[in-house]
Amino acid sequence: MDATVDTPTENWPDAIYRVLKDADVRQACYVPDAGHTRLINRLIADPDVETNVLTTEEEGIPIAAGAWLGGQRTVLLMQSSGVGNTINMLSLMATCRFPFLTIVTMRGEWAEFNPWQVPMGAATERSLEMMGVRCMRVENPADVEETVSAAAALAYEADQQIAVILSQRMLGRKKWVEK
Amino acid sequence: MAKFGTLERREAVKRLLDKPGELLIVTGLGSPGYDAFAAGDHDGSFYLWGAMGGAAMMGLGLALAQPKQPVLVLTGDGEQLMGLGGLATIAIKQPKNLSVVVLDNGHYGETGMQLSHSGLGVDLHRMAEAAGFPAVREIARLDEIDTYRADIRAISGGPRYATIRIAPGNPARALPNRDGVFLKNRVRGHLGLPVT
Repeated sequence: MDATVDTPTENWPDAIYRVLKDADVRQACYVPDAGHTRLINRLIADPDVETNVLTTEEEGIPIAAGAWLGGQRTVLLMQSSGVGNTINMLSLMATCRFPFLTIVTMRGEWAEFNPWQVPMGAATERSLEMMGVRCMRVENPADVEETVSAAAALAYEADQQIAVILSQRMLGRKKWVEK
Repeated sequence: MAKFGTLERREAVKRLLDKPGELLIVTGLGSPGYDAFAAGDHDGSFYLWGAMGGAAMMGLGLALAQPKQPVLVLTGDGEQLMGLGGLATIAIKQPKNLSVVVLDNGHYGETGMQLSHSGLGVDLHRMAEAAGFPAVREIARLDEIDTYRADIRAISGGPRYATIRIAPGNPARALPNRDGVFLKNRVRGHLGLPVT
């Protein structure tokens, strides 16, 4: 990509990375996801952040709990479909009041080509909220930095369970067929 | 062919956890937590009462955050079976200070002693070995536990995985505290971390 078209609003993954670093996040867990690619790569490249690639999003919940027991802050990066894999495990965060920050890229809600993504996409926020996780939705790239920063403070300082929801409209259409 | 152990679980765990010292312990829900509590409560112990399938992952997060402390996950075959993918997640990360010890009686003791996959022939320790755990043991005798006790107190050589073949059966319950916030803050206090 031509660097000259890299406007500040297109750099929201870098803004998230900066906020996570400012918040002293030391562990990051992820299931590979197209929307999170740039952020995942920056976290992997950072020697001060331990990254775990997971076999299922559920694993990221107790990892975050264990890291906090040991004095470190964790972020879980996942896609909306992965939220469904975490549901019972979120009991751990609510019961023990563990700080929890997850950043969720949405599928199934805007210009989605794959019908299989729609049911979980439609249920993502309600599922999280039913398990005690507050959702903070971002529609505009300009709001990413401030929202993630506020979410990080709520999570790590007020012991809350917070999901930042990155809307599919903001992420853009997935390229399904190379043209 | 399934193999059922003969070790009495309380005696096995008592020997394994004797003088915990620097050891940080996460127990899976049900009997392993009761066994650890019966062996002696310890400020560095966190007893899960739910989150089935999450014990080894909680140990991973803790081991990465505290690389100078030995971390032990003590759980059962049913609990570990619910988190099999986690064996792969640990194996690729290779935390040297983490040990996952599964008290394996081949049954779901908490729910009426139904046979588990382990009891029906699945060898969990061989799955850990295939995933890439560098130190894997199958323990069937008390004297092996006495030597393994030193291994799990090391912060090198891991991640370790051990199946301890215990006898089916439920000893009288010994119930640890189940207030998760208390348990969380107790471990953090034990490590000298702020408690908010």
